[in-house]
Amino acid sequence: MANLQSNFLGIKSPNPFWLASAPPTDKKINVLRAFEAGWGGVVWKTLGSQIKNVSSRYSAIGYNGRRAVGFNNIELISDRPLEINLKEIIEVLKLFPDRAMVVSLMADNDRDSWHEMVKKVEDTGAHGIELNFGCPHGMVERGMGAAVGQDPEIAKMVVEWVMEVATIPIITKLTPNVHSVVPGAIAAIEGGTNGLSLINTIQSITGIDLDTLVPNPNVGGQSVYGGYCGPAVKPIALKFLTTLSQDEKINQVPISGIGGITTWKDAAEFMLLGASNVQVCTAAMVSGFKIITDLCDGLNNWMDEKGYKTIDDFIGLSVPKITKWEELDLNFHIVANINQDKCIHCGLCYIACEDTSHQAINIERGNPYNNYTINEPECVGCNLCQIVCPVTECITMVEQRKGDESINWIEFQKRGLKLNDH
Amino acid sequence: MAISNNRLTKEQYIQNFSDIHPPFEHPEGAIIEANRCLNCYDAPCTKSCPTSIDVPLFIRQISTDNLKGSAKTILSSNIMGAACSKVCPVEKLCEGACVYNLLDEKPIEIAKLQRYSAEKAIINNWKLFERKQAIGKKVAIVGAGPAGLACAHALAKEGIDVTIFEKESKGGGLMTYGVAAYKVSDKLCDDEVDFILSIGGIEVKYNKTLGIDFSIADLQKQFDAVFLGIGVGIANTLNIPGEDLEGVEDAISFIYDIRTKNHNSIKIGDKVAVIGMGMTAIDAATQSKRLGAEEVIMIYRRTENEKPCTQVELDIAKLDGCSFIWLASPKEIRGENGKVKSIVCNKMELGEPDASGRKSPIETGETFEIEVDMVIKATGQMPYLDIINQSEVKNNKGKILIDKSNSTNLKGVFAGGDAVNGGKEVVDAVQAGKDAAKAILEYLI
Ligand SMILES: Cc1cc2nc3c(=O)[nH]c(=O)nc-3n(C[C@H](O)[C@H](O)[C@H](O)COP(=O)(O)OP(=O)(O)OC[C@H]3O[C@@H](n4cnc5c(N)ncnc54)[C@H](O)[C@@H]3O)c2cc1C
Ligand SMILES: Cc1cc2nc3c(=O)[nH]c(=O)nc-3n(C[C@H](O)[C@H](O)[C@H](O)COP(=O)(O)O)c2cc1C
Ligand code: SF4
Repeated sequence: MANLQSNFLGIKSPNPFWLASAPPTDKKINVLRAFEAGWGGVVWKTLGSQIKNVSSRYSAIGYNGRRAVGFNNIELISDRPLEINLKEIIEVLKLFPDRAMVVSLMADNDRDSWHEMVKKVEDTGAHGIELNFGCPHGMVERGMGAAVGQDPEIAKMVVEWVMEVATIPIITKLTPNVHSVVPGAIAAIEGGTNGLSLINTIQSITGIDLDTLVPNPNVGGQSVYGGYCGPAVKPIALKFLTTLSQDEKINQVPISGIGGITTWKDAAEFMLLGASNVQVCTAAMVSGFKIITDLCDGLNNWMDEKGYKTIDDFIGLSVPKITKWEELDLNFHIVANINQDKCIHCGLCYIACEDTSHQAINIERGNPYNNYTINEPECVGCNLCQIVCPVTECITMVEQRKGDESINWIEFQKRGLKLNDH
Repeated sequence: MAISNNRLTKEQYIQNFSDIHPPFEHPEGAIIEANRCLNCYDAPCTKSCPTSIDVPLFIRQISTDNLKGSAKTILSSNIMGAACSKVCPVEKLCEGACVYNLLDEKPIEIAKLQRYSAEKAIINNWKLFERKQAIGKKVAIVGAGPAGLACAHALAKEGIDVTIFEKESKGGGLMTYGVAAYKVSDKLCDDEVDFILSIGGIEVKYNKTLGIDFSIADLQKQFDAVFLGIGVGIANTLNIPGEDLEGVEDAISFIYDIRTKNHNSIKIGDKVAVIGMGMTAIDAATQSKRLGAEEVIMIYRRTENEKPCTQVELDIAKLDGCSFIWLASPKEIRGENGKVKSIVCNKMELGEPDASGRKSPIETGETFEIEVDMVIKATGQMPYLDIINQSEVKNNKGKILIDKSNSTNLKGVFAGGDAVNGGKEVVDAVQAGKDAAKAILEYLI
C-alpha cells in the first residue's frame, strides 16, 4: 500500500484530497460528514463581511445525457454570520485534529479588515488561510475577489497586508479569468504568500431556457454571469497549473490544484503537472462525499502499480513533458491502424476522416457492414479516427518516423527544408 | 376435453393481452438509450430496414429533444413506423444489424425508440406532411392494408386523388385483423389509419370487395392507374383426412376473431395442436395459451434449426408454456361425433437441402398419435386465386407477378405487398406500397 499522506506547507492530511472552499465546506454539519467519509482536509467556505445570496443559484450543462459536466454558480462568499463560522471551525478542529483545516478569506479592501480577519481565523487554531482572489461574481462589483486577483498590483498589496500579521501558512487562490495566471502568481509570491492554489471558477453563461429566453440560473426573469467549474474546466485548469509549474520563480512555492477533479485519474494528472495536493468541489456536490473512497483507492492502486511509495514520488513528473511547439520533433510520424478483428464497422472513423480530416480511410461497401482500412500515405496522424472510435484499442497509432534524426521547427527552418509534403 | 369460451376472469384476459413490449415510461429512459447510439455512418440498421429509415438520425433527434423531427424522419420513410415499431421482427432487421451485437452488447432498442417518437405523432396527430395541390389524376387502390395505405399516402402527398376499396369495415389490413393482440392495440391501429388519411386526398370505400362489387377492368376504366394490395387469404389446407371436423381451425380466421371480438367470447380447446412454426403459428399458439388453453403443442416437420420464426418469437411461445414436437408432420385428424379427438403425425427426419436451402423433412414411416380437441392450421396463407383469376392478371398460383417497375401485365395496374410476395412482414408491404407509388407517379406524370 502506497502512502497517501500529504504535507502542504506543513499542513498535514491523511490524503491529498481537500474539499475546496464552497458549499460542501460551508458548515460544521457538512465538514463533519466529509471527514467521516474520509476527506483529508477542507478549505472552509470563504469568510468575509456579511453578504446576502439570491435564490436560484446554480445551473449546469449536460452532454449526451450525462448531467452536470459543467457546473455554474452565482453564489457569493459565506452568508452565515462570521462568529458562527469561527465557532464551528473550532468545534470541528477538536473532533478531527488529524485533518487539514484551512480557512478561506475575503476581507473588505483595507489593511485593518484583513488584519482583523486573519487574527480571528488564527485564534480558531486553523492550520492555514487561503486568500480568495478568485470569486468571479458579485464580489467584483464590491472591489473584492477577482478584481483583486485580476490586478497583480492590488493582489501583491493585499498579500503584504496579510503577511504582516499571519503566523500560519498563507495560500493565495488565483482567478482563471485572466489572460495568464503567471503575473498574479508572481505578485502574490512577491507579496510573501507561502503557497498558491488554482483555479477558481471561470466566468460563464451555461445556457438559456428556450421557452422563457432567460439564461440560467433564472432569478426572477434575469440572470448574471456565473462561475463555471466541474469536469468541463479540467483541461483549462491543467494548462494554467502547468504555466505556474514551469515558471522558475513560481514553482518554488507549493500549488494546490483545483478545477474539475472528479476521479483519481484527474487528481493524478494535476499532481503530475505540479500540484502538491488537490481540491474538489463540484464532484462532491454532484455525487456526495462518498466519492472520496474511490479517489483514495484508485490513486493508491495506481501508485502501487507504478511503484510510487509517496505522492512526492510523482508530483511534477509530467511538467518537463510539456514543451514549446517549435521544439517538437517534426520527423516523428504516426499513422492509424485499424484492428480488423476488433472493428465493429460503425464507420465513425471513416466519416470523421472523410468529412473533416484527410480522406485517409478506404471504404469497401457491404451489406449491412462496410469494411474500413487506412490509406497510409494520406494519413497525417491526427488521431481523429482513434478519438471517435468507440472500441478500445481498435484503432492504434503506429510510429512510422520520417527520419532517424529528431528535427524541430527551428532546425527545420535553418536548413531551409521543403515545407509542403502533400 | 372440450372447446369452450369464458375460461378466464376479465382481469386475466386484460393481463394476457396487454402490450408485450412496453414503451419507455419516462423521457429519461429514451434519452439514455438514444445517447447510447453510436450514430454510425452508412448505418447497418438503416441498411437492414426494408423501408431504410434513417435510424441514427431519428435517434439523434430524440437525444436533442427534437421529437417532431424524429417522428418525421421515421414516418417519411415508413408511414406505418409506429405500428412497425411494435410488430417488426427487429431481431432479424435493424436491431439484428446494430454494431453493438459485434461487441456482444445489447443492441440499441431501435424499435422502442422508434415507438417513442412515432407514436407521439399518431396520438397527437402532428401535422408532419402536406399534400401538394391536386394534379387531376385519379388512382384506385384495392385493399387498405399496409401496402395500400403506404401507396395511398405517398400518392396523395404528390397531389393524386386516391380512392381505396376495402372489403372490411376498417383499414389496416392484417395490422388490424391479423397481428397478435398483445403487440398492437385496436386503438392504435385505428389512430394510425386516421393519421395516414389525415393528409387529405384519400377517400376510402369500406365494405367494397373486388370480385364481388367491382372488377379490375372497372377500375381501369374509371381511374388513371390501379394498385392491388389485397394481401393473401386464409391458411393453407393440410390436405389430410379429418380437416372438416369441428375443432379444426384456420389460424387467420382464429386470429381475426381474437382481434374483432371480446376475448371471453372466443372458444378454445383444452389441448390445442398448432401446425407450423412461422410467425402466424407462434401467434396462434401463444394466443391460444393466453385464452386459457391448458396445453398447446406446436407441431413442425423440421427441427428448431430450420424454424421460420425468429428466436425471439419462439422464446415468447416457450415462456407462454407451449410445448413443441419437432420432426413431425400431420397425417390424419381423428374425430368422434364429428369433433376432433386426436391427431396422427408422421415422424420425419432431415434429408438433403430443398429449394429454401433448409434440410428437407422426409417421412420415416413411423407415426404417433396424440389426443387433442382442437387443431389450428398455420402453414402459410393461400393467395386469393379465384379473385385474381377473374382477371387477366398474370400470377403464380395466385401470387401476382410484377415487373421491376411494380407493374402487372395489365396496363396501369400495379401491385405489391403480401399479394405479391405471398406473405412477409408489414414493413415489406409498406416498402412495396412506396415503390409502387413511385412507379405510378412515373407512369402518370
Ligand atoms: C397472424 C399474422 C400475424 C402477423 N404478425 C406479424 C407481425 O408480428 N409483424 C409483421 O411485420 N407482420 C406480421 N404479419 C404479416 C403482415 O400482417 C402482413 O405482411 C401485412 O399486413 C401485409 O400487408 P398487405 O397490405 O400486403 O396485406 P394485408 O395486410 O393483408 O391487407 C390487405 C387488405 O386488402 C383487403 N382485401 C383483401 N381482399 C380484398 C378484396 N377482394 N377486395 C377489397 N379488399 C380486399 C383486406 O381486407 C386487407 O385490408 C402477420 C400476419 C399474420 C397473418
Ligand atoms: C456553489 C459554489 C460556490 C463557491 N464558492 C466559493 C467560495 O466561496 N470561495 C472560493 O474560493 N471558491 C468558491 N467556489 C469555487 C471552488 O472552490 C472551486 O475553486 C471551483 O468550483 C473549481 O473546482 P471544481 O471544478 O472541483 O468545482 C465555489 C464553487 C461553487 C460551485
Ligand atoms: S489519424 Fe487522422 S488522417 Fe490518419 S486516418 Fe485517422 S483521422 Fe485520418
